[in-house]
Amino acid sequence: MNKDLKNHIIELLKVNKRLDGRDLLEYRKPVNLEYGFTKTAEGSAKITLGDTEVLVGVKLEMGKPYPDREGEGTIMVGAELLPLSNPRFESGPPSIQAIELARVIDRGIRESGCLDFKKLCVKKGEQVWLVLIDIISLNDAGNLFDASSLAAYAALQNTVYPGFKDDVVDYKHKTDKHLELENVPLSVTVCKIGDYLIIDPTTEEEKAIDARLTVASLADGTLCAMQKGGESPLTQEDITKMIDIGIEKAKELRGVLKNG
Amino acid sequence: MGYKKRLNDRAFDEARPMVAKVGVIKKADGSAYFKFGNTWAYAAVYGPRNLYPKFLQNPSTGILRCNYNMMPFSSVGDRVRPGGSRRSKEISMVTKHALLPALNLEDFPNSVVDVYIELPETEAGSRTAGINAASMALADAGLIMKDLVASVSVGRVDDKLVVDLDYAEESYPDGPVADIPIAFMPGSGKISLLQMDGLVSKEQMKEVIEMGKKSCQEIYEIQKQALKDKYAKGGNNE
Amino acid sequence: MSKLIAKEKDIVVPGEVLAEGMDNLPSMGTYREGDKILAGRLGMVHIDGRTIKLIPMSGKYNPKRGDVIICEVMDINFGGWRVNTNSAYSAMLSMRDGTSEFIQKGADLTQYFNLGEHIIAQVVNVTSQKLIDLTMKGPGLHKLTGGRIIEVSPYKVPRVIGKQGSMVSMIKRATNCQVVVGQNGLVWIHGKPEGELLVEQSIRKIEKESHLSGLTDAMQKFLEKETGVKLGTSAKVEPSAKLG
Repeated sequence: MNKDLKNHIIELLKVNKRLDGRDLLEYRKPVNLEYGFTKTAEGSAKITLGDTEVLVGVKLEMGKPYPDREGEGTIMVGAELLPLSNPRFESGPPSIQAIELARVIDRGIRESGCLDFKKLCVKKGEQVWLVLIDIISLNDAGNLFDASSLAAYAALQNTVYPGFKDDVVDYKHKTDKHLELENVPLSVTVCKIGDYLIIDPTTEEEKAIDARLTVASLADGTLCAMQKGGESPLTQEDITKMIDIGIEKAKELRGVLKNG
Repeated sequence: MGYKKRLNDRAFDEARPMVAKVGVIKKADGSAYFKFGNTWAYAAVYGPRNLYPKFLQNPSTGILRCNYNMMPFSSVGDRVRPGGSRRSKEISMVTKHALLPALNLEDFPNSVVDVYIELPETEAGSRTAGINAASMALADAGLIMKDLVASVSVGRVDDKLVVDLDYAEESYPDGPVADIPIAFMPGSGKISLLQMDGLVSKEQMKEVIEMGKKSCQEIYEIQKQALKDKYAKGGNNE
Repeated sequence: MSKLIAKEKDIVVPGEVLAEGMDNLPSMGTYREGDKILAGRLGMVHIDGRTIKLIPMSGKYNPKRGDVIICEVMDINFGGWRVNTNSAYSAMLSMRDGTSEFIQKGADLTQYFNLGEHIIAQVVNVTSQKLIDLTMKGPGLHKLTGGRIIEVSPYKVPRVIGKQGSMVSMIKRATNCQVVVGQNGLVWIHGKPEGELLVEQSIRKIEKESHLSGLTDAMQKFLEKETGVKLGTSAKVEPSAKLG
């Protein structure tokens, strides 16, 4: 990483400014969510966060439940960092960044209880719905974590059950029954550069980050998942501050989601 | 019985509603998307750029690499497992051969031009949508191209020939079906993609090519307009 | 029976017919096929007498002898530094061309230019195999420290610099920042945070409105509004238009 650029970023942070003139805890504009951009998925959402664009699609599959969870369906989250979205991403099997992104978003959704897995059960021990969420980066201008979290939840809101008759799934004739969701979980990633905390980093700022904490919280401020990233350690004080920021900013992002 | 009226109410030589836009992925050197109805392809071009490993380099010209990929949620039926398949590898190859004749990469020895085609939504005709998007993206990237490349699937449904088969027609149950993706370079009228599966007579094939040519001429006009729309405003990505 | 179909400043796409008949001559970006002249790329039509050429509006920077460019150091080996020129090819900067100082054999080259650092260099030569020779021996060629780098389309560089450097020098005066515009589209900005931000905003505005006339006046009004300081026209002209 270019030490010069990092020092420069820190000089700006000292006077409360970032490279693009934003405040330290300010999201880029516009934050735009488009629901149902594709008819082939059971649910989908496209997010634009500044120049970052992410597509999330949800497919429902009928499958057998896990033997220790006979009355429950489940979710599976995949993420692809497409080479088309950033020349740094290479073709091939998912990189560790893609894997981390998928697993962090997964835990945020799973642990929040926003989706009651019991409601995904059709026939105990035999037939349950598997909710397959796929996150695809289209243009990476930084902060894929938060963009993906918001779009993933929006895609779930948009999701309807496919037809299911005589043990056969009919994708061509979707029902109008939506997934039942409650407790909206949203992730906010707070980043530490030098002694300063920022949110919504651009790709340039991401190169200068010492450490980050992704905080997933519910509307009432309850935490449901966290992930520390980056090579530098964090102090207890850092973590307390970052959690506060994470909860606060999630409230702001929640406003972008459609109601009901 | 005969295929008297198309399942989708289109004329026999009418493609689905088409949409084209250039400059849709900021980070790329060139980009575009193209839609045939609900089939939607994004294309992004990176290059010419360094090519590694070295043994892939060609000292007399740059090379073209194409990667066609369907997003997991893009199919009408089941989820598509990520990672590509034999089908997507084959489509990547024929796409490359469809685009290459229009390009001249001799000014860029030892380098590569990468074309990535990604589809968020597919309902038949995905490779043709991909070629149409890629062709605009290559022009957007400022490459030397003697022509654009336009592509469409001509098909046979029972006793009729149709342009731009959609999903329902591809799976028509009451008679023979043939699917013939074609790509033309509209200026020279030369064909750079031709695949076929199904049953068609030699005479019908002549008509298939004529129908494809006419449809590709219309597609070329749409591609042209999309490119001009971006650059008339000073050439900035939206 | 010849016919000129395209008009000056038309934006044309590959394969588009620009002229018919044998009267006109193809040039850069256009080619003849039979009795037609066709566009050989996306570009803007420029007619010069009987020749029709296309001015590129997109595409990677194409290095030319004499260009002064900003490069990033990507790799260091025994002979010198490998740098990113923001074109299709990287370039070698040899020890001998990197500095006028005497470098001991086996010396630590990172002391001069390290990975990730940026330099201003001049293109000495481009071979047919696209090997680019650079030099840093010359006035105005040096390492860049501090500040930030932004990227603009190389096709907008002339507008950003302006006639004889007038546009970029106006921006420098208004913002009190150092600004170096590389022919390859990389721009170095250094000054107070608000100034740097304004330089970037100004350059983005020029990129967006480069096709409109009256751009210099529009930029002057913009800068005066943002800084609250009247600029007036300066008689001073930049000595080196390329460095900006």
